[in-house]
Amino acid sequence: MSTFERGPDLPPPVTQVGVIGWLRRNLFSSWLYSFLTLLALYLVWIVVPPVINWALLDASWSGTAREDCTSDGACWVFVSVRFNQFMYGFYPEAQQWRVNIIYGTLFLLMTPLFLKAFPWKTALGGFIIFVYPFIAYGLLDGAWFGLEVVETTRWGGLSLTLILAGVGCVAALPLGIILALGRRATDMPAAKSLCVIFIEFWRGVPLITVLFMSSVMLPLFLPEGVQFDKLMRALIGITLFQSAYMAEVIRGGLQAIPKGQYEAADALGLGYWKKTGLIVLPQAMKIVIPGIVNTFIALIKDTTLVLIIGLFELLGMIQNALNDPNWLGYATEGYAFTALTFWIICFSLSRYSMRIERKLHTGH
Amino acid sequence: MKKRLLVSALPALALSVALGTAQAGETLDAVKGKGFVQCGVSTGLPGFSVADDKGNWAGLDVDVCRAVAAAIFGDASKVKYSPLNAKERFTALQSSEIDMLSRNTTWTLTRDSNLGLNFAGVNYYDGQGFMVSKNLGVKSALELDGASVCIQAGTTTELNLADYFRANSMKYEPITYDSSDETVKGFEAGRCDVLTSDQSQLYALRIKLSKPGSAIVLPEVISKEPLGPVVRQGDDEWFNIVRWSLFAMINAEELGVSSANVDKMKSSKDPGIRRLLGLEGIKGQGLKLSDDWAYNIVKQVGNYSEAFERNVGQGSRLKISRGLNALWNNGGIQYAPPIR
Repeated sequence: MSTFERGPDLPPPVTQVGVIGWLRRNLFSSWLYSFLTLLALYLVWIVVPPVINWALLDASWSGTAREDCTSDGACWVFVSVRFNQFMYGFYPEAQQWRVNIIYGTLFLLMTPLFLKAFPWKTALGGFIIFVYPFIAYGLLDGAWFGLEVVETTRWGGLSLTLILAGVGCVAALPLGIILALGRRATDMPAAKSLCVIFIEFWRGVPLITVLFMSSVMLPLFLPEGVQFDKLMRALIGITLFQSAYMAEVIRGGLQAIPKGQYEAADALGLGYWKKTGLIVLPQAMKIVIPGIVNTFIALIKDTTLVLIIGLFELLGMIQNALNDPNWLGYATEGYAFTALTFWIICFSLSRYSMRIERKLHTGH
Repeated sequence: MKKRLLVSALPALALSVALGTAQAGETLDAVKGKGFVQCGVSTGLPGFSVADDKGNWAGLDVDVCRAVAAAIFGDASKVKYSPLNAKERFTALQSSEIDMLSRNTTWTLTRDSNLGLNFAGVNYYDGQGFMVSKNLGVKSALELDGASVCIQAGTTTELNLADYFRANSMKYEPITYDSSDETVKGFEAGRCDVLTSDQSQLYALRIKLSKPGSAIVLPEVISKEPLGPVVRQGDDEWFNIVRWSLFAMINAEELGVSSANVDKMKSSKDPGIRRLLGLEGIKGQGLKLSDDWAYNIVKQVGNYSEAFERNVGQGSRLKISRGLNALWNNGGIQYAPPIR
């Protein structure tokens, strides 16, 4: 009787493992998938190399004038010549340190908020939200600190975009919380209907209409001789508009809190404000972080609409530059630059929001 | 009555506000008080008002603002600019946010009579024109029967075009685009034989072509678009200052006085030149300005020809020919009443 001898294990066929196996499993598993893969590859092939050629390989990078753009590719000279203006608008070059200081200190102030051990987070947060904007305004305008006055008409570029978005979001958040709480206050019908009307009104009109109203109609209603700064009007419009959206996002969070939490708070004998401030809001706000960041990102992109009322934020500044007779015809470069800048800002925000979510994820 | 007032239409409201704010002499006093002219300009129009890479505004419309500042303060730089959108320009003027509007605004009956505004003159006679590819071999717009035409949608350009082709019993195929950049790209890609727009814009659009030399602008102008500075109705004194600041530039060109030779011209014997420069005649009295108001304009801003050539003419990239904007004695219709 011969004994069965186990031969050595053969390696799996090459078509099942390694790169080829992976390709077969994921990209060429059937005729349809093979076709789609090839089609996608073809599309990448016809789109990507020309774009890279245009944007990087064939592009002109250095120089000072239109004449320096000799190659067929993109003319980034246009962006580099105007770069300062795209960042600061018409803010005088000698005074731009003020803008830098504001964004620098804001960054420094915000760093401790991310340190776990830092004890005065609430105080610092309050300072950033309620006091810092006034200091920043004073420094930018200059009058309060005895510096050269720079009117808001000369603010512009990316710094104005960030001012509009930052103020819009920071001011809309407390307003949105109040509106959301008001809308859920069933025992106060008057306050409730006021909040509902406010929210539905501002959510029902397009931002562009709000901006037009603020810049075209409002001056006509103001009493004679009263001037109201255009940027301020736009900021108020954006804030009211944004607060309506914020309120609905926060209301979503409030609704997600189980009824038991409210009842537990009641059982502990907490009053309305303590219940809201200590039990409900902290949980609700944690839930709605993605929603808040989502509306904030939308707002950042919406700020470009102010160009229709003659405020030169980043996109407005670029459109103005495109009308310079010396640089006519570089629209593609200008818009590509704007898109990239906005993408970088919005993408970093979304990564940041994911980080906070992970940090605050304590599980229910 | 009160109720009806509340629901009254916007123009009427605008009018009442405008009438309420402007009184003779008020604007000049206010301007002198604050030390600068607040001038509404376009948010960016090649050759007319655009900010350069240092943030300085320049252009043919901007030069009118500078001329007014030079006349009042003897310093053309005492201007602050409010970049305005087409929709908000009149409100800004009516609500006294700006002192004057110099923003490629077409002078029409409706605007002059209904909005509580006054047009102080014409600093550029514009009109709709045609641009064709050179190798089409067309020399006149009347040869365009059956052509396909690229237009920007929603502008009076579209209506003018229809009128012109119907009046000359020609056929055309309109191809509409949303923005000027798209229109140019369409023209360049051969989607249409002809591109039509205001002439001042055609030259700017031509630069956007990858080979600007391959297209020509036809001589025909099919609509009237007189562009000029605007002030609030009711303050005649201010109106006069803006109007004559522009006239001084045109008169200076006619008299051959330019920023280069204006100092030498002070010793000229020509009575017209001497009156312009405030050496004899009425001087600055009627306008309540200093006697050398026109001298300051010419010295600091230049005469009309200098402003034109520098911003839109041969000294610029636009290379617009004078055409209608040549002086009346030079084949054009720019004409200023005499200073005497």
